[in-house]
Amino acid sequence: MTDGSQPHGGQSRRSAGELEAQVLAALWAAGRPLTPQDVQISLGDGLARTTIATILGRLHDKGTVERTKAGRAFAYTPTVEDQAGLAARRMRSELDRGDRTTVLARFVSDLSAEDERLLRELLGETS
Amino acid sequence: MLAVWVPLLLPFLAVPLARRLAEALSPRPASWVLAGTAVTLATTAGVSLGLLAFTGLLRLPTVAALGHLAPHRLAGGPAYPAVVAALLLTAAAALLLRTGHRQLADLRRARSTADTGHPGPLTVLDDDRADAFALPGPLARPTDPGRIVVTTGMLRALTGPERAALLAHEQAHLNARHHLFLAATEYAGVLHPALRQLRAPLGYQLERWADEAAAEATGDRHLTARAVGRAALAASGAPRPHRPRLAPAAHSGPVPRRVAALLTPPHPRHRTTGRTAAALALTACLALTTTAALEATADLHDNVEAAQFR
Repeated sequence: MTDGSQPHGGQSRRSAGELEAQVLAALWAAGRPLTPQDVQISLGDGLARTTIATILGRLHDKGTVERTKAGRAFAYTPTVEDQAGLAARRMRSELDRGDRTTVLARFVSDLSAEDERLLRELLGETS
Repeated sequence: MLAVWVPLLLPFLAVPLARRLAEALSPRPASWVLAGTAVTLATTAGVSLGLLAFTGLLRLPTVAALGHLAPHRLAGGPAYPAVVAALLLTAAAALLLRTGHRQLADLRRARSTADTGHPGPLTVLDDDRADAFALPGPLARPTDPGRIVVTTGMLRALTGPERAALLAHEQAHLNARHHLFLAATEYAGVLHPALRQLRAPLGYQLERWADEAAAEATGDRHLTARAVGRAALAASGAPRPHRPRLAPAAHSGPVPRRVAALLTPPHPRHRTTGRTAAALALTACLALTTTAALEATADLHDNVEAAQFR
């Protein structure tokens, strides 16, 4: 799709969809409006600011993010519709269900106390 | 008529072999071995049960009359294996239907939950508890790759580069359609109880597969290890009232193993004698069970033909 516009950073194989997902994730993680420069710092992987601005513009066109004027740049926040709040509430009850289906590949499973200790050790953290 | 029993007994031998072989392989071939073994053994075990039940059915006078058979001319031992097989087959069919129904219902509910009205491959749920998973697209729409579902709690627990690793991991699940591996093995475990032992190692290998894909996408194994570890710690810190905790604390669970595997440099898997032996033994088992199922089918065919009025 937009293979030609990829920057020279370490991650040149990412697709446009993957970059969009990363930018959107950065906006959600921040919890406040972010300028393209803020997003660039948050991503921390050497993506060109113009590329980030392009992605933000595309997300704005789709209605996924909203923007406000912040000085000379735009600042972006994820669009939170009522529907999203509704989904979150439904998700909450979904997360509470113990028998999550086996076909949803989860990023992480539950940890035992020993797992937790071992993990912190592996990551070089002290509990 | 001995052949019909082989596919029912062989899983007890083949499953430990498949598990051992998977341990010696890298995640992608290991996943294929585990899921392939599950599907092959489940299919042949199902065929065997069907043959046993069908043989019994033919002894019923009405069925025999329909097939123009003389029941007394049917070879074979006592009738009770057929009755047991028929009962098992009925139970398995009911369980398969229930499993399928439950999986579809769960997926449908998860889809409606994740449907926030925004297009794109990422759905963010505004929830403080850390959670992330890959939600596959519907089977009926093969062009729909599915979407990544992640909570704000998870996103906030990670740095930018770690979030990239998390997204790459979930994307790998979707791209390689890992849910099909999981579903197939789940169904196999319904058909033969010994095959349930393949589910946990398959789950682990699929996560390792996605971890390695994420490490390749980000170009940083340590970063990916940190992302997996910190995501797990964040998720375990969030209380989930009804989620049963896995495994007693005696030995390490799958997540520390995944992190440790990422922290060690990727090493080419060498062919060892043990690995080759396990591979050969497993291949022999799968060949034997397939041959036995075919043999048993041919047996039944001959048997029916001999009992037919001429």
